[in-house]
Amino acid sequence: MAVCVAVIAKENYPLYIRSVPTENELKFHYMVHTSLDVVDEKISAMGKALVDQRELYLGLLYPTEDYKVYGYVTNSKVKFVMVVDSSNTALRDNEIRSVSMFRKLHNSYTDVMCNPFYNPGDRIQSRAFDGMVTSMMIQVC
Amino acid sequence: MADEALFLLLHNEMVSGVYKSAEQGEVENGRCITKLENMGFRVGQGLIERFTKDTARFKDELDIMKFICKDFWTTVFKKQIDNLRTNHQGIYVLQDNKFRLLTQMSAGKQYLEHASKYLAFTCGLIRGGLSNLGIKSIVTAEVSSMPACKLTSYFLTNVFSSYLSGLVVFVSCFCYLEDI
Repeated sequence: MAVCVAVIAKENYPLYIRSVPTENELKFHYMVHTSLDVVDEKISAMGKALVDQRELYLGLLYPTEDYKVYGYVTNSKVKFVMVVDSSNTALRDNEIRSVSMFRKLHNSYTDVMCNPFYNPGDRIQSRAFDGMVTSMMIQVC
Repeated sequence: MADEALFLLLHNEMVSGVYKSAEQGEVENGRCITKLENMGFRVGQGLIERFTKDTARFKDELDIMKFICKDFWTTVFKKQIDNLRTNHQGIYVLQDNKFRLLTQMSAGKQYLEHASKYLAFTCGLIRGGLSNLGIKSIVTAEVSSMPACKLTSYFLTNVFSSYLSGLVVFVSCFCYLEDI
């Protein structure tokens, strides 16, 4: 499903970034970086929008020729960015899928945050988090 | 409910544990209070992440403080803050007339001098929660009569307010020293 998953701190540096086809990693890193601008734009525009649960999920940030990028921002300004393969039609009901996938990410991130051995702001090195992300990416190959 | 008592007892032991293991001179220069406050800070960061997982995005600072007074306080202390006052320029005063961690201690002026130790963790809790939501702040507590307490948080949003808050902290420290 997802080709690349990234967790970005509120100061806009990556806490966790992983992509499946490991040879083109730099391309995904760059894509995630450029999507941060779109995320910021959406957050600032949201100030006038109505307040509801969906606000955490930002939806499709921007499509490229091969990939689609989705974003999600938590209340603590931590951003989750997911890059999925455009050719993957299983994500047609993208809202629901992305909402459930981002929910899982958010839940795992909260668990990492509550770990007393984790200092907020460090890179995420939790095996449970890795396992959850792997389960989201494993369907690609 | 038994779970309330658990946190209360753990908190009391934590405070006495920190003071027992304090080195020479640490009690006087306030290092123990700082340790407790830092513990509260880290816990507050984790807690706020968990609590805001399902809530909608916050519109502004007042919204965040209302969340802290209602939902956060209810989940941690099983009651809401009784009174919230603000000057709309970054200073918020939360008043709790029956602070859970102090109710078992006394109902008047007895043990007033020890109250600050038991409030340090909660101050850190609020500061950690606010910091994770993107607000740098200073949180102080005053107890004039148990078990009521007043927690004041100064938001450090710009240079002037941080200067002001530095001044306030300096003055309040000075007053504290004067009392001794």
